[in-house]
Amino acid sequence: MSARETFNAEAAKRILVTDGAFGTEIQNWKLAEEDYAGDLRLAKDQKGNNDILALTRPEVPEAIHRAYFEAGADIAETNTFSANRISQADYAAEGLVTELNVASAKLARRVADEFAGKDGRPRFVAGAIGPTNKTLSLSPDVNDPGYREIDWDELVDVYHEQAAALVEGGADFILIETVFDTLNAKAGIMAARRLEGELGRDVPVMLSMTLTDLSGRNLSGHTVEAFWHAVRHANPVTIGLNCSFGATQLRPHVKALSQVADTLIMVYPNAGLPNELGAYDEAPETTAGLVRDWATDGQVNVLGGCCGSTPAHIAAMAKAVAGLAPRNVPTLGHATRLAGLEPFTLAA
Amino acid sequence: MASTASSARFVNIGERTNVTGSARFKKLILSGDYPTAVEVARQQVENGAQVIDVNMDEGLLDAVEAMTTFLKLIAAEPDIARVPIMIDSSKWEVIEAGLKCVPGKPIVNSISMKEGEAQFLEQARKCMDYGAAVVVMAFDETGQADSRERKVEICSRAYGLLTGIGFPPEDIIFDPNIFAVATGIEEHDRYGLDFIEAVREIRANCPHVHCSGGLSNLSFSFRGNETVRRAMHSVFLYHAIPAGLDMAIVNAGQLDVYDQIDPVLRDACEDVILMRPVEGDQSATERLIELAESFKGKSVAEEKAAEEWRGWDVRRRLEHALVKGIDAHIVDDTEEARQAADKPIEVIEGPLMDGMDVVGDLFGSGKMFLPQVVKSARVMKKAVAHLIPFIEAGKEEGAKAKGRIVMATVKGDVHDIGKNIVGVVLQCNGYEVIDLGVMVPYSTILEAANENDADIIGLSGLITPSLDEMVTVAEEMQRAGLSIPLLIGGATTSKVHTALRIDPAYEGPVVHVLDASRAVGVASQLLSDTQCEAFVEKTAAEYEHVRDVRSGKEASVLLSLEDARVNAYKADLSEKAPPPDKPGVHVFEDWDLADLRDYIDWTPFFRAWELAGTYPAVLEDEVVGESARSLFKDAQAMLDRIVAEKWLTARGVCGFWPCARDGDDVELYLDDEVHVRFPFLRQQIRKSRDRANFCLADFIDPDGDWIGGFAVGIHGIDEHSRRFKDAHDDYNDILLKALADRFAEAFAERLHLHVRTDLWGYAPHEQFTNEALIKEEYAGIRPAPGYPACPDHSLKPVLFDLLGAQERAGITLTESQAMLPTSAVSGFYFGHPDSQYFGVARIGSDQVEDYARRRGVDIATAERWLRPNLD
Repeated sequence: MSARETFNAEAAKRILVTDGAFGTEIQNWKLAEEDYAGDLRLAKDQKGNNDILALTRPEVPEAIHRAYFEAGADIAETNTFSANRISQADYAAEGLVTELNVASAKLARRVADEFAGKDGRPRFVAGAIGPTNKTLSLSPDVNDPGYREIDWDELVDVYHEQAAALVEGGADFILIETVFDTLNAKAGIMAARRLEGELGRDVPVMLSMTLTDLSGRNLSGHTVEAFWHAVRHANPVTIGLNCSFGATQLRPHVKALSQVADTLIMVYPNAGLPNELGAYDEAPETTAGLVRDWATDGQVNVLGGCCGSTPAHIAAMAKAVAGLAPRNVPTLGHATRLAGLEPFTLAA
Repeated sequence: MASTASSARFVNIGERTNVTGSARFKKLILSGDYPTAVEVARQQVENGAQVIDVNMDEGLLDAVEAMTTFLKLIAAEPDIARVPIMIDSSKWEVIEAGLKCVPGKPIVNSISMKEGEAQFLEQARKCMDYGAAVVVMAFDETGQADSRERKVEICSRAYGLLTGIGFPPEDIIFDPNIFAVATGIEEHDRYGLDFIEAVREIRANCPHVHCSGGLSNLSFSFRGNETVRRAMHSVFLYHAIPAGLDMAIVNAGQLDVYDQIDPVLRDACEDVILMRPVEGDQSATERLIELAESFKGKSVAEEKAAEEWRGWDVRRRLEHALVKGIDAHIVDDTEEARQAADKPIEVIEGPLMDGMDVVGDLFGSGKMFLPQVVKSARVMKKAVAHLIPFIEAGKEEGAKAKGRIVMATVKGDVHDIGKNIVGVVLQCNGYEVIDLGVMVPYSTILEAANENDADIIGLSGLITPSLDEMVTVAEEMQRAGLSIPLLIGGATTSKVHTALRIDPAYEGPVVHVLDASRAVGVASQLLSDTQCEAFVEKTAAEYEHVRDVRSGKEASVLLSLEDARVNAYKADLSEKAPPPDKPGVHVFEDWDLADLRDYIDWTPFFRAWELAGTYPAVLEDEVVGESARSLFKDAQAMLDRIVAEKWLTARGVCGFWPCARDGDDVELYLDDEVHVRFPFLRQQIRKSRDRANFCLADFIDPDGDWIGGFAVGIHGIDEHSRRFKDAHDDYNDILLKALADRFAEAFAERLHLHVRTDLWGYAPHEQFTNEALIKEEYAGIRPAPGYPACPDHSLKPVLFDLLGAQERAGITLTESQAMLPTSAVSGFYFGHPDSQYFGVARIGSDQVEDYARRRGVDIATAERWLRPNLD
């Protein structure tokens, strides 16, 4: 069976669990500049470049993957959120993008296979691709709304380079996450399509949007339904939401998406909203209780955590949803599903 | 809120942003005037286009560059970008450039098998990769399909090829080519019917696809004759839609309602399009051509530019503009009428007043509603404003009004939406209104009435202290020896209050006017030689009756304050809210208006415009629905601008303080030394069964608890209000004020939510829809000083000092404790889950004395503030 088929088969049986935040876990290691930099001799300081640890301190991401699997996760998301040419240029590490992603995917794969080997339960590796800090549909210059910092072809190349390396390293899926700009996500999908053409096989994607306002739109202004219409051609393994707010604030949007999307729903919210110091202090049981409500309402297939979540949160979630029935993927009738910032459906 | 999906059975695709279809758009793009070109797109969406077609195929243009530039620009306009885009070009590289700029799911228009299957499929695959639906032209290697058979054959073949590569059938839109009919060439006669029949077959043979077409080709041979072209298009759609045409590129504003087309013309169009056999020597085409001559109207260019009513004579145009509230051509039309008239004043007294009479009649008979009337008034004002310089130059007497009315919002009060609406309605009906504005002392009102020889004085007010002020004005009118009628209106006014307190203070006629729609009837009767006396006597008798009933009625029994306290509400204090997570004072300099917009409670908005009903049902109401929808659309458009252009600023402050109940007081501990005491009032009406006699203090624990307070205001309205007033645009001025009020209420609701879930944090996981918020289903209340649970407005300054509302949120108080800016809300927060709203209602003199002592004021002062609650 392909990874997609295995995943779908597992998701039909139960609610799956993906992992939680990496950043806060890495902080616990209190790493110094030399830990990050290793002997790569890059032109800039590396402290804060979490993704580079796959090359310089691989035991760190490995231990975190291990902790999340031990907490009950079925999926490891590679530590590659910023491992693209644009973001790595800030660290003068753009030349290492392929190496980084291959190494990250390999180590996640190794840990996943180790856990699967122990109990026979399949574990999956999702190659994480962040949005970069450039946006295809918004102008950074208020006086020139037609200006763009980057163009489509360039961004497709950036995503393609990263996706190819992740797949080479053994990722099952390409997870295009924290989508604040829908057009960026579409470029990511195009990159995966191109890779499929080159490899001659399915490169399944997972898509995860992030909301920037409580009314349920991302930064480029799309509602969750409009987003779904805009990316449905990717035939994604999962569609969902991550980051944004805490589970409380995501609730109506999870419900809306679960009603319209005819694929698996994956949601991994932050552990609440940050407090005044910018830290997340929602207790694991609280987060778990909130996401459990979605599960009991039949709205989700995969749950996990984003900013502020820890292995304790993931363990609490896994426990909270154990034995609960997964959401049934609805079968949608034929309709032309178009989108501007808002969805538009024409019965067919 | 979950967004509601827009869905449709027939899609109008806007065609104005197409350089091949619109000369104006072409000119704008060629001259590089993109900002205006963007406005063209905006207008299309505002006019109801559900998808907009963008086409830059023009020899003089770099179409790739123009397409990319334009699409990027409209992506930055949320009110345009909300609809899907149709990327229209005959060149694939232009289409692909467009696909790289459109973030939603667009439609590609078009691809075809013109260059063979391989290229067709390659382009289709790319559409799948980009995520786009696609228009497929009925075109193959041998050419464009003209006959029914060819159309069906090509589309069926394309369908097989596309579904063969996994193209979703629902994303295929066939365009089987609409060609011109009635060209005089016999082979062309079948084109209309062939298209319709082909559509029917294609929809049957190719499951889930759509059919579309560009309508303007059909009537190509009638260029310049818009009446005939519109009729042909409407007739064609009337027959093609049931056959399966579910999209068309069309100028939605240029379609006629099938039933309203001239029946002779309609028949002739149908004969041509459907190839119906005709009697006589003439062919269907010949007959239509002959008929078309009589529909040609004036010059071709004019006919094309103007909508039909623009061709009417000026008198009728003015009436039409007034009734429909269209101000686009009013100055030109007024000028035309002026030149035709002997004196400019005749334009006002003649066509304009006649038009307004029609408006008045329609309004009076319930066929027009307030928002439309206010729009009509805007048109009237603009017309009059144009004429005034001419009238003054000719030293003519002004138009003789039906009567002159001095209106004011009384001293201490700042609310004027209702007063402005009444003013507009009266002006619409031929009365001259002298509006003195807000916070007007009686001396100014009397002066203005004298100077202007007023026929009527109208007073307005919203807050309860204004009721007393109205009595004062009535007393002063009496003292000044006036005898002209006094009209009373405003939210807290009532027939009972007018009868009991105002009417006895003044010997002239006093009339309470329930709402704006009654104002004209009342004014016209009062100023009529024949009806006045009877009306005044009837009203006086009515008020006499109200007073009799009142005095004869056994007043409901009041408990003594002591007994009422025994029957206090016993809250379960173990349930009280925990201390706030974030005590102290919190300031919000600029709350996001886009966020507040989602919390707007629309029902009171419609009520302000006297459209009865609950939102959203009011939009579908049989009687007022159309008016409500139009108003709502205007409101949404203005909201878009308010938010996008940041007209207003939402500033607020809230705070939480430890406190304890002491009897009916709540004492707040600011620090060890400073304590602030809020005395509250208790219901004294005898309750049935087990209902308690409530007092807000009942919700506070004597052994220590927390209370909160807030004040929010919407700033920045004045500049825009002035702009509208300068443009004689009462409609937008009132709309803006009504929206600012809604923002203030929405802000209060939103902040309360933030308080419950975060700042106080006693309900961190609460999750309510806006409807539930409006119904106040949450735990805790936010009663405001001056409202039923806490009727003493004079607690407001104490609360404001605690909050620093003036320094922190820029909200000040008038002497009657009205808040400035006008759109503002303040109140207390009670967190106990049992806390609830109630009305203190009537209280006894024992409580007034007790309250005056607790409040530290003399009894007369206490009575003044508590007047509405006294016998």
